[in-house]
Amino acid sequence: MEMKDIIKPENLVFKKTSLFTEKPLSYCPGCGHGTVHRLILETIEEMGLQAETIGVAPVGCSVLAYEFMDIDMQQAAHGRAPALATAIKRLHPEKFVFTYQGDGDLAAIGTAETIHACNRGENIIIFFVNNGIYGMTGGQMAPTTLPGMKTSTSPFGRDTEIMGNPLKITELVAHLPGTYYVTRNAVHTPAAARKAKKAIQKAFEYQKLNKGLCFLEFVSNCNSGWKLPPVKSNEWMVENMFPYYPLGDIKVPSL
Amino acid sequence: MAKVKGAIVVEVERCKGCGVCEPACPQDVIKLAKEVNGKGYNYAYMQNPEECTGCANCAMVCPDAVITVYREKVSQ
Repeated sequence: MEMKDIIKPENLVFKKTSLFTEKPLSYCPGCGHGTVHRLILETIEEMGLQAETIGVAPVGCSVLAYEFMDIDMQQAAHGRAPALATAIKRLHPEKFVFTYQGDGDLAAIGTAETIHACNRGENIIIFFVNNGIYGMTGGQMAPTTLPGMKTSTSPFGRDTEIMGNPLKITELVAHLPGTYYVTRNAVHTPAAARKAKKAIQKAFEYQKLNKGLCFLEFVSNCNSGWKLPPVKSNEWMVENMFPYYPLGDIKVPSL
Repeated sequence: MAKVKGAIVVEVERCKGCGVCEPACPQDVIKLAKEVNGKGYNYAYMQNPEECTGCANCAMVCPDAVITVYREKVSQ
């Protein structure tokens, strides 16, 4: 059977979601950001929420998320995305509001905004992409950097005596009564990506219930910051990031 | 038994050649080409198209969403 016999519109099983704009993604090859973008947009498309969704872009590698997502977007000051999303959700309670943040944005400069938005139980979704490093600014140490991990500002590895321990902000917010659904996923394998998409679908459905904040962490790679090729960086992530940031649901709604 | 045949189309100029699709392919179909695209990346292509089942695993992990997947049931 020839390839051209298979490549017909009626045999189509997967195509790029129409909610991506024509702009090529600005991320490094193999970066998990692109996959997380795609999963969020696919969910929005399948649920038919393109006109009802408002996203908030952060500062960091994903600062240009509004250029790639063909939905209403707003760009927040560094770390202030949950505060901006709070305002948007309160002014437009019928809209679906989410923030998309990295670890330098959410767990460092934006810790106060994140924790207070979670504690107030705002009806928004926070997508948190954790790669344990500041990617855009040149691979500096982040609060989520692992012990012993080499970055440009910890060239001999993170010394927990001086620099403290990595911050597990997802576990931290799970204790707050305002959060409704807290989970941690990854997108490095097809199975993990499909699981992550299910979590995203759940989060959008929970937002209809107005029960509180949904916090979804994605453990991701940063091959430029970690100085590894893309596939190797995924392996490194499985070996080193997952023991410290174990995947799975941390807080599920009690029915 | 009906057999499933698949095929993928890679948007060559947008592929960044990260190779994340390679370990995701259960049939060892998708590989990086020796040739490069306009940006200088070794783009992904089907090395042995006969083996493809159209499982869409490669498309599921592709960060740049450059892969389109087709699948057809072939009755023998």
